Amino acid sequence: MGTLTAQDERSKISVRNLNFYYGRFHALKGVNLDIPEKKVTAFIGPSGCGKSTLLRTFNRMYELYPDQRAEGEIVLDGENLLASKKDVALIRARVGMVFQKPTPFPMSIYDNIAFGVRLFENLSATDMDERVEWALRKAALWGEVKDKLSQSGAGLSGGQQQRLCIARGIAIKPEVLLLDEPCSALDPISTGKIEELIAELKADYTVVIVTHNMQQAARVSDYTAYMYLGDLVEVGQTEQLFFKPRRKETEDYITGRFG
Amino acid sequence: MADKHLSTQFDSELSAVSTRVMEMGGMVESQIRTAVYALSQFNEEAADQVIETEARVNLMEVDIDRELSSIIARRQPTARDLRLLVAISKTTANLERAGDEAEKIARMVKSIISSGAARNLPASELRTEADLASGLLRKALDGLARLDVNVAVSILKEDDLIDREFDGFVRKLITYMMEDPRTISPSLDLLFVAKAIERIGDHAKNIAEFIIYVVKGADVRHSSMETIESVVK
Repeated sequence: MGTLTAQDERSKISVRNLNFYYGRFHALKGVNLDIPEKKVTAFIGPSGCGKSTLLRTFNRMYELYPDQRAEGEIVLDGENLLASKKDVALIRARVGMVFQKPTPFPMSIYDNIAFGVRLFENLSATDMDERVEWALRKAALWGEVKDKLSQSGAGLSGGQQQRLCIARGIAIKPEVLLLDEPCSALDPISTGKIEELIAELKADYTVVIVTHNMQQAARVSDYTAYMYLGDLVEVGQTEQLFFKPRRKETEDYITGRFG
Repeated sequence: MADKHLSTQFDSELSAVSTRVMEMGGMVESQIRTAVYALSQFNEEAADQVIETEARVNLMEVDIDRELSSIIARRQPTARDLRLLVAISKTTANLERAGDEAEKIARMVKSIISSGAARNLPASELRTEADLASGLLRKALDGLARLDVNVAVSILKEDDLIDREFDGFVRKLITYMMEDPRTISPSLDLLFVAKAIERIGDHAKNIAEFIIYVVKGADVRHSSMETIESVVK
């Protein structure tokens, strides 16, 4: 059910027959999905439907926990991530992630960005300065923090912290950016800024966002996937899905007839 | 709308606005009926009544539009809710214009009466076209209330009948005008009446297209009958 039918899009990530288990609990049931390159794809669905679980398989974040396992294939540019013998840190450098709550490191704004870069690249001080500025500019935060780069990241507002986390995520130049409820702890103004940023990021990155806020999915994404109880119910162009979904289950959910 | 929203308030807002459209439709229907009566009897009182109702119909359109904006602003409707609200907005605009046509008919009737030429004109022959048009509008409102695409398709097919009646009537008027040039001025009034009736049929047809839009999510305006039938199937 529901492999993306985008005609002209190149697929960046192909999910094939993905099953996921938390211990004995079967959380994802045979998911097939293509994530188009340099587009924004949103996952929506009620709590517990598996959307965050699916997102976390894309950079094997689940491996941090025992008892969790994934079966099937997640193919990133031809390579099955689930079978890859490479260091998982290298995968995560290609597939960055931003979480629900802003998680600035307990260090300066500058080092928040530079920390990850140092793990993968050996840049000169000038190059590092440039990279930090580039990432902060990309994340639309530079203007607000350029005079206090040595201050702690924890001193920023919630919205600024979240943009700092996005800057940190893109500083290592990943190819895919995973956003797990990036705005749920933010006020509407900060949310608006993050949404603007998402629209700009897709010029360079493939973005996948999980959101509880359907209007947000409608606003920011090119494609939307609706999930329910571990099944991928429907995937389609966002406009089509919110205007005339193919499946009644999707329609009931997005129109608020779900209960 | 069979199944309910989590928000019962949303349900009652949608059903309230749907009821208002039906009310407005009822008003326009009766306006048309009265206009046709005024025409067939050359009854000035009935014509005046049509003209008076017009203001109420206009107010109703404004009212419904305000309710629609409020629902859209507060509920951010999607999918079939969104399509229903868009269709209701378009339907009220069409109803308002159908009401305008009824008013036009009433004004023409008054003008023909004052010209004194009423008796010499084939006004009663407009009856068939008028009955077809007002029947079509009633059917369209009924189809919208029940969201019945089959009703919509049959309306789209019947609209051709009105167009044919209109063409036939125009030919007849021309004969009258050639026979007696003194009837030219009232005949032209009658031509406008026939045109107004034909336009009412067009509005009914537009509403029928919105029924398909709500139910099937397809915009079938300017589409061929084959396309429409394949959408509805």
